[in-house]
Amino acid sequence: MNWRPPKLLRGFEYLGGITLLARDTARVAFVTRWEWPDVLYQMDLLGVQSFTIVLITAVFIGMVLVLQTAYALEAFGAKLYVGGVVALSMARELGPVLISLMVGGRVGAGITAEIGSMQVTEQIDALRALGANPVRKLVLPRLVAFMFALPALVLLADLLGMFGGFIISAFSLQISGRFYLTQVFKLLQFSDILSGLGKTVFFAIFITLIGCYNGMHAKGGADGVGRATTDTVVISSIVILISDFFLTKLFLAL
Amino acid sequence: MEPYLEYRDIRKSFGDNAVLSGVDLTVNRGETMVILGGSGTGKSVLLKITIGLLDIDAGTICVDGEEVTDATESSWMEIRKKVSYMFQWGALFDSMSVYDNVAFPLRERRLCDEDEAEHRVMEKLGLVGLASAKNLFPSDLSGGMRKRVALARSIVMEPHCILYDEPTSGLDPITSDSINRLIRRMQSVLGVTSVVVTHDIQSMFRVADRVAFLYQGKMAFVGTPAEARETTHPVLRGFIEGRDPDESEP
Repeated sequence: MNWRPPKLLRGFEYLGGITLLARDTARVAFVTRWEWPDVLYQMDLLGVQSFTIVLITAVFIGMVLVLQTAYALEAFGAKLYVGGVVALSMARELGPVLISLMVGGRVGAGITAEIGSMQVTEQIDALRALGANPVRKLVLPRLVAFMFALPALVLLADLLGMFGGFIISAFSLQISGRFYLTQVFKLLQFSDILSGLGKTVFFAIFITLIGCYNGMHAKGGADGVGRATTDTVVISSIVILISDFFLTKLFLAL
Repeated sequence: MEPYLEYRDIRKSFGDNAVLSGVDLTVNRGETMVILGGSGTGKSVLLKITIGLLDIDAGTICVDGEEVTDATESSWMEIRKKVSYMFQWGALFDSMSVYDNVAFPLRERRLCDEDEAEHRVMEKLGLVGLASAKNLFPSDLSGGMRKRVALARSIVMEPHCILYDEPTSGLDPITSDSINRLIRRMQSVLGVTSVVVTHDIQSMFRVADRVAFLYQGKMAFVGTPAEARETTHPVLRGFIEGRDPDESEP
């Protein structure tokens, strides 16, 4: 009979595996040469090619946020101050979390599908057999690239969200553009943007490690790669949402 | 004869499934040893543990007179310079051209400059008859061409020993024959020690100096191809004659 450990034990095993992968990645980052062409290629693949999804998500979130916030503030006669509230929400919470969820789904799934296909066709074994370290060749370039790309995308999303809100407040709520921007600059501090971006560096690390680990442990054929890809999207989304709470507490305490 | 690879009481399990349960085998320097066995009997596992792609549960392995049982990953890297592996389906990197695939181990180990690498890559591609395919990608190649590129990639480091994992599986008889000739050529031209895992009997008779039969986790037979032809082992006989030993003739 094939004994399988209980789910909780498997959860710890998974957590241990991710931690060991993080340790190996940190080790190769310090002791071996970096593959800069690979890092740049991954920045394009994971970052630049995520621009469209960021554009659509951020602009529409900004627009919806202005409509909903204005509706809520109207009860207090504070509708005019919608710009500041929306900017703060975008920079501190919605930009980092929603963009990380959207881009993380795309990027995490892509990483797992690619590395998982390499795993089931023995290409990862081939890397080792030919003298390469799979963590240095596959994990490190993706991790470094995404640690830079995700905060950049979120910063862009913050701006685009505010722009979306600006359009709606000007054309739908008849708030003057100058007043909207004044409210944004009055309420929004540089530290708000930084705390939002700081969280995304952690999200990028979680998404990449989960994506790579699931890919490297994909079993079977296309079916196994498909299951690993689904797991990556589900697990990285949950991890983003849970870690967001703790990171927010951390950044508020700093 | 000087031993190049020595396996002593090798044991390997996956969960409750004991794949290797006490394998003893010696492969001599310069010889071609064919390991026969049914599907899922652990032939590829034996090859993978030879270069540290899988760990063993118990036993000892010696490569080129040096015990490597508890080698670290950096020691395995050194061993993999001497012992190369040709994967069953080639395991070519999809994102790289044929040329870049073959040049990969040279670039990764930074053993020579790009001019020397080009010379060695083109020489090995010429040896497998694929010099003109250097700019193609793996997706452009047939199964036989993939295996030949994989062979070129595994010899570009000029190893002492090549491990072939099912080199002729899934190929038509003519392409299989060309792969068998290449294996013989590697031995005569480069003088390499070879271990060929297969269940292709024709291939075995073409390339083997000696044959080992892996059955129920152990080597049930080790001898020359002529001795294998005369064996009384019922399962190996069935293997060679292409019939199920448990089925009697109607």
